[in-house]
Amino acid sequence: MKLFCVGISHHTANVETRERYAGLRSEAALRQTGGCQEALLLTTCNRVEVYASAEQPVATDEVIRILRDSGAEEAERGEAFYRYEGEACATHLFRVVAGLDSMVIGETEILGQVKKAYEGARESGSAGPLIHRLFQRAFRVAKQVRSTTDITRGAVSVGSVAVELAGKIFGDLRERSVLILGAGETSERTARALSSRGVSDIRVSNRSFERAENLAALVRGRAVAFDEWTAQCREIDILISSTSADEPLVTRQLLAPMLRGRADRPLFIIDIAVPRDVAPDVNEIDGVYLYDIDSLQAIAEQSLAMRREQTAAAEKIIADHVADFAARFGQGSDTLVPAASSVLSDTRMRPSEL
Amino acid sequence: MERQLLLGSTLCFLVAVAHTLATLREGVFHPRRFNFFAIALGFALQSAFLYVRGHALGRCPITNLFEVFIFLAWSVALIYLAIGPAYRLSLMGAFTAPLVLLIQTFALLAPIDIRHPVRLNVNPWLEFHASMSMIAYGAFALAGVAGVMYLVQERQLKTHQLHSIFYHLPPLTNLFSALTRLLWLGFALYTAGLVSGFFTGEPLPRVKMICAFAVWIFYGSILQGRHLHRLAPKRIAALCILAFSAAVSVLWAINFVSQTHRS
Repeated sequence: MKLFCVGISHHTANVETRERYAGLRSEAALRQTGGCQEALLLTTCNRVEVYASAEQPVATDEVIRILRDSGAEEAERGEAFYRYEGEACATHLFRVVAGLDSMVIGETEILGQVKKAYEGARESGSAGPLIHRLFQRAFRVAKQVRSTTDITRGAVSVGSVAVELAGKIFGDLRERSVLILGAGETSERTARALSSRGVSDIRVSNRSFERAENLAALVRGRAVAFDEWTAQCREIDILISSTSADEPLVTRQLLAPMLRGRADRPLFIIDIAVPRDVAPDVNEIDGVYLYDIDSLQAIAEQSLAMRREQTAAAEKIIADHVADFAARFGQGSDTLVPAASSVLSDTRMRPSEL
Repeated sequence: MERQLLLGSTLCFLVAVAHTLATLREGVFHPRRFNFFAIALGFALQSAFLYVRGHALGRCPITNLFEVFIFLAWSVALIYLAIGPAYRLSLMGAFTAPLVLLIQTFALLAPIDIRHPVRLNVNPWLEFHASMSMIAYGAFALAGVAGVMYLVQERQLKTHQLHSIFYHLPPLTNLFSALTRLLWLGFALYTAGLVSGFFTGEPLPRVKMICAFAVWIFYGSILQGRHLHRLAPKRIAALCILAFSAAVSVLWAINFVSQTHRS
């Protein structure tokens, strides 16, 4: 039985092409008319892939034809599609679930999407013993890669870096209060990210009180008059600043007296304004952690670099699993055949396993 | 036999340290349960050693500096195993194992295991006083370890230089909270040990009393600074390390001058 994968991804097709195949359910058609014994369709915003097994070779064009017939909006000539067979197919899937093939290396959302696709195929009966074995192994690979390498470590966008740092300073963010100074778009995104981590006390201060109220409504916070923001610094844990002031608003002289009496309560300042709103020497105050846009971006890039460094270790884990998987099921580099005993045991597997 | 138990225990801590160093050399820090189990095994062997030695002495084995250090190492491992699971257990183990290894290696190599020529009388108050004080030292040692972890994390956050270990260390506030609890635990045990010292019926050497109270006042001042929010967490973390270093030095001094421990 041949195991193969046909698909398009962000590497080979633009979003317009990919979105034509979004939301398809072609597994039944692949089995009934395509000659596949087993089939699983994985569709995410970054990829559309068919994983299937067949006794006789199934041409890539045939798979594309079935996808089109299942509702793909427009004809696709097929240049964007790739095809992997046997070990290459297993390698590709393992790389996908490990986040190595993702747009942002190491992202973990893909694992959930693959699990969902597998569940769908399992429930519809499209996933048979070989697909089951392949995907179960893929989930093991993903787990091992995540637990033994740093490929998923570190945030890779400014907003997520800010949230991660807040988590590393405060731990639980639910009881923390945030002051947004200036109603910019990045402030809003960062505030939303913090809100998603449980921050409920969000205050917004802006020269225009109306804009402050608008942003406060968006992030479910409350607006504070601009002349009151200095007093708020005594109470808050996180300050996000993005005003268009020409001179620093937050200086050491201004902040230090306000922080007396809260020695064991850190203050995390995220300065995303250019020019900066916070004087750099504020970072020298005990318990104050100041990050400007450059330092946040540098950390995001550092995280990405760290993830890239980890790809070799992840590829090694994948190669080991592919070799082991092929040894159990393979008869060559392009064919994967479950041994009779394996198939037998698969048919006797508990429903929860299947 | 007892020496082999101690060597086996030291080997376990050495393996935990080597494992940590090996993962650090990979450029990636991976806290794993390995350290926890290595320390747990080391602790079991320490306990066996103390049992065998205690059985031979017919009393709690804190009769010379060698035994004091082994008991201290045992207390550190005990407190770690008791509180470690509440925090990042493998990670705290990565910091704890070197400390225990250092104490135990020193005890094994230094010529300080001098047996008393006569069998010592059993004095329950004295044993309570000594064991409480040693376990308090274990808590203070772990507070020092938490202090080191705090300073490492704080330094990375201040300088914006985030290394692999940053992602494995607990948040600053959690570390500070752990450190504070360990300080309180150590202080309570130490106070109990100090008070029970007056009930031993043994003569109390002046130097020992001064040293013991100096340690008590030092830790009490740190806690007071914490309670009144006068000291920044960073300073408290640094003071915990300094205080434990001072306390160990004082322990040495106490042991040399203490008639109670000598006779």
